[in-house]
Amino acid sequence: MSTTDQVREDVTIRFAGDSGDGMQLTGSLFTNTTALLGNDLRTLPEFPAEIRAPQGTVPGVSSFQLQFGSTRILTPGDECDALVVMNSAALKANLSLLKKGGTIIANTAGFDKKNLNLAKYPEGINPLEDGSLSEYEVIEIDVNSMVKEAIGDMGLGYKDEDRTKNMFVLGLLYWMYNRPMESTMDFLNQKFGKKNPQIADANIRVLKAGYYYGETAEIFNSRTQITVEQADLEPGTYRNITGNEALVLGLVAAARKSNMPMFLGTYPITPASDVLHGLAKHKKFGITTFQAEDEIAACASAIGASFGGSIGVTSSSGPGIALKGEAIGLAVMLELPLVVLNIQRAGPSTGMPTKTEQADLMQAVYGRNGESPLLIVAPKSPADCFEMAFEAVRISLEHMTPVIFLSDGYIANGSEPWKFPQEKDLVDINVEFEKPRHAEEDAPFMPYKRDDRLVRKWAIPGTAGIEHRVGGLEKEDVTGNVSYDPDNHQKMTNIRRDKRDLVANNIPEQDIDQGNESGDVLILGWGGTYGSIKTVVHQLRKEGMDISHAHLRYINPFPKNLEKLLKGFKQVIVPEINDGQLVRLIRSEFMIPAKPINKVKGRPFGVSELKQEILDLIGEEQAVIS
Amino acid sequence: MSVQTIIDNFVKENEADLNTLPDYSGKDFSSDQDVRWCPGCGDYTILKQVQNAMPELGIAKKDIVFISGIGCSSRFPYYMDTFGMHSIHGRAPAIATGLKTSRPDLTVWIITGDGDSLSIGANHFTQLLRRNVNVNLLLFNNEIYGLTKGQYSPASPKGMVTKSTPYGSIDNPFNPLALSLGADGSFVARAMDRDPKHLKEMILRSHKHQGTSMLEIYQNCIVFNDGAFELFTDKKTRPQEAIYLEHEQPLVFGKDNDKGVRLDGLNPEIVQLGDDYSKDDLWVHDEQDSTKAHLLSKFFEHPPNGEGVQFPRPFGVLYAIDRPRYDEGVVAQVQLAKETQGEANLDALLQGNETWVVK
Repeated sequence: MSTTDQVREDVTIRFAGDSGDGMQLTGSLFTNTTALLGNDLRTLPEFPAEIRAPQGTVPGVSSFQLQFGSTRILTPGDECDALVVMNSAALKANLSLLKKGGTIIANTAGFDKKNLNLAKYPEGINPLEDGSLSEYEVIEIDVNSMVKEAIGDMGLGYKDEDRTKNMFVLGLLYWMYNRPMESTMDFLNQKFGKKNPQIADANIRVLKAGYYYGETAEIFNSRTQITVEQADLEPGTYRNITGNEALVLGLVAAARKSNMPMFLGTYPITPASDVLHGLAKHKKFGITTFQAEDEIAACASAIGASFGGSIGVTSSSGPGIALKGEAIGLAVMLELPLVVLNIQRAGPSTGMPTKTEQADLMQAVYGRNGESPLLIVAPKSPADCFEMAFEAVRISLEHMTPVIFLSDGYIANGSEPWKFPQEKDLVDINVEFEKPRHAEEDAPFMPYKRDDRLVRKWAIPGTAGIEHRVGGLEKEDVTGNVSYDPDNHQKMTNIRRDKRDLVANNIPEQDIDQGNESGDVLILGWGGTYGSIKTVVHQLRKEGMDISHAHLRYINPFPKNLEKLLKGFKQVIVPEINDGQLVRLIRSEFMIPAKPINKVKGRPFGVSELKQEILDLIGEEQAVIS
Repeated sequence: MSVQTIIDNFVKENEADLNTLPDYSGKDFSSDQDVRWCPGCGDYTILKQVQNAMPELGIAKKDIVFISGIGCSSRFPYYMDTFGMHSIHGRAPAIATGLKTSRPDLTVWIITGDGDSLSIGANHFTQLLRRNVNVNLLLFNNEIYGLTKGQYSPASPKGMVTKSTPYGSIDNPFNPLALSLGADGSFVARAMDRDPKHLKEMILRSHKHQGTSMLEIYQNCIVFNDGAFELFTDKKTRPQEAIYLEHEQPLVFGKDNDKGVRLDGLNPEIVQLGDDYSKDDLWVHDEQDSTKAHLLSKFFEHPPNGEGVQFPRPFGVLYAIDRPRYDEGVVAQVQLAKETQGEANLDALLQGNETWVVK
């Protein structure tokens, strides 16, 4: 660390460029390096749904935001301290997210007449030249010619040269924020080294050129390097992980700890496809992945596998879950294990595939024909996807029932440091199949006979003496034969509901994440809003407010103590990235006047906006009381 | 510890049972449930022939699974004393694919109808054939929606008057065998409810074939479409209207086996056996010839309208070839990964490539 270093508690940076500029990779590499330094961090990748939207235009801009710090970091940051823009469209799309006084690093090659036109700046206007950026510190670099200088002698084609641009800005930011280049160089060597050592070499040269430019260029003489110290995380060994990666590992771990084969039936859909890509690699753990012809077949195949004694899993996002609805209902009727992963995105219909939302909760609870109760779990952060995926499998197997796992695009693609567990730390999941029977000696097999948790036995084909038929028609209690008897239907409907409710005995009680067990205000959240709520509640408590935070990870059934806990607070506020769904469930289930805070803009709550909304709501309430 | 699944253990535990296969009769495959199809329904014969065929498979009941969709025929699994699932409309092929792929040790039968697999489930039907999952599919074709009480189906002939087509259907029907061949089905055959002996033979052939066996069965719906296949099933007209295919045998039909089908290049023609033509001049059936199987599948007019050449409707195995099966490929990949990628180490997987320590 040089003496001119400036030490900061936390920093938010944002890389923005054209979809083809490699901003997601740049962001991920910066994230990995930062994680290895021991900073806490959260990321927010944002990209268009189109693979290559028209080049140079605002809709084609792809961005990656990252907050890192020496304190606990729980959100990707509201506004950024530094914004990298590879072209004028990137500036136009992202300037509003930059703090006043923040730093813009602009690639001037992306501000030529053609690019300015594509970004739809008025004729003759260049934001770098017209004084409109006077409130910011602007660092202008012609990255294209820097790249040319660094590797022009290597004889690469224009395209290959151009593709290394992102490494220049990455190198520059490594210098600015005092980070080592080794991990990125290792990555480049691994990715290109064997097949194409020249490309690896070119990228490394450009990376270094960016770093050394920061060190030597006059433009930076007035600046100091910024240092962010290691965060004060719980002791242990950490890795960086995204939500979808953690989800995949949670499934693999659950398969291992239950000693069961797993079968994923799925169909590609944003933002859930990474679950398929991830699981497809882990065949040696006894995992089969099946890319079906459609969402319905995906779910149906998982049910078929589950009937045969595998952990049936199906993954999708909202539109796909809508298609699976009938099949999920079949699994409810068959009382077979099934794990349904919904990585939510903005809807309705196709909506905004790459943008986050939490608007499928009601679909998960009610979105099937008939009374069709099932279980719902929701991870609160990228790393929590591991534990909740494991839990989804555990309770599905232990209770012979479908479980919906509600993640969302924000936590699925976002990343954070994860203190990963070891196999020995994970609980065993006990699965017992129905045993073979002998026709002469044993009583006939009753497929819908239940234990005291109302759970029937998993009776798989290949087991002698228990041949039986299941199906979507109403079942007679105990025998499982088809029945249209009115009293039986009432009874079975009640049983399926009670069976769901009894799962509350097998999940943890709801805890308070922060604050007192009772008091003035409780902020009740679920899913990806965790980081924002936690940060806001922390700030408000520091300011002296009596406010607590509880975060639901088990939604159907609710934890047993939830009602008591909620009723210990004068006010319950439920922030959600939807138009008010959990809040409605809470109101109708517990008859309390819970208040919503809602937003649907395809992005998570900003800390300052959420704080203001909470203060406004509490203010209103106090005005009414006084 | 390597992943040794409970299922593997289960199969091992039960190996003794496998070795001592009981001396089954057809009755052993009849469940305790009352059969509830309409009296006189063609489904009864098919059920009986399937039950009669089962003892000849040499497979224990515990290893047999019947999976159906929705429709009259899809009640079938309830009447079989094997494992079974009456699932949802059109999706039986998808459920069977998941089951067979995860449990290749099982013998899986799909029971479906023309509504179930040619309209709502047509996608899964064709994908199953394309993948060639090692299952048997019995397509009960009655050219009508029976369970919903008499609407036309995607197999109903043009002009058919039903509850939903009071002025006659204007829909062009599917030709199920041509569709199956078009989807690269590896086994495509046809039988009828009113010829139980041939039907049973075809059921056994379906089982014997490795890959997706698609057996279309003409099935009379006595209530909503009675007599739809009378031309082929009536003993008086059958000899003229139906032709039974046998591998490596010439295509002969007619009342006294007096007619045959001959190929002029790739153009089939009907000839009178006797003075001008003998059996040696006829088209000799080859189950492995896909071009000729396509030609045979086109012996299909709805209804036979009397115009042009009236080819007899083929019954038997049109096409049967051996090609790789999806489920076997899946199992082989998992096996290869287990053998070549070293021990499945969960701790190494959880740790990943890059870690750091916080003290």
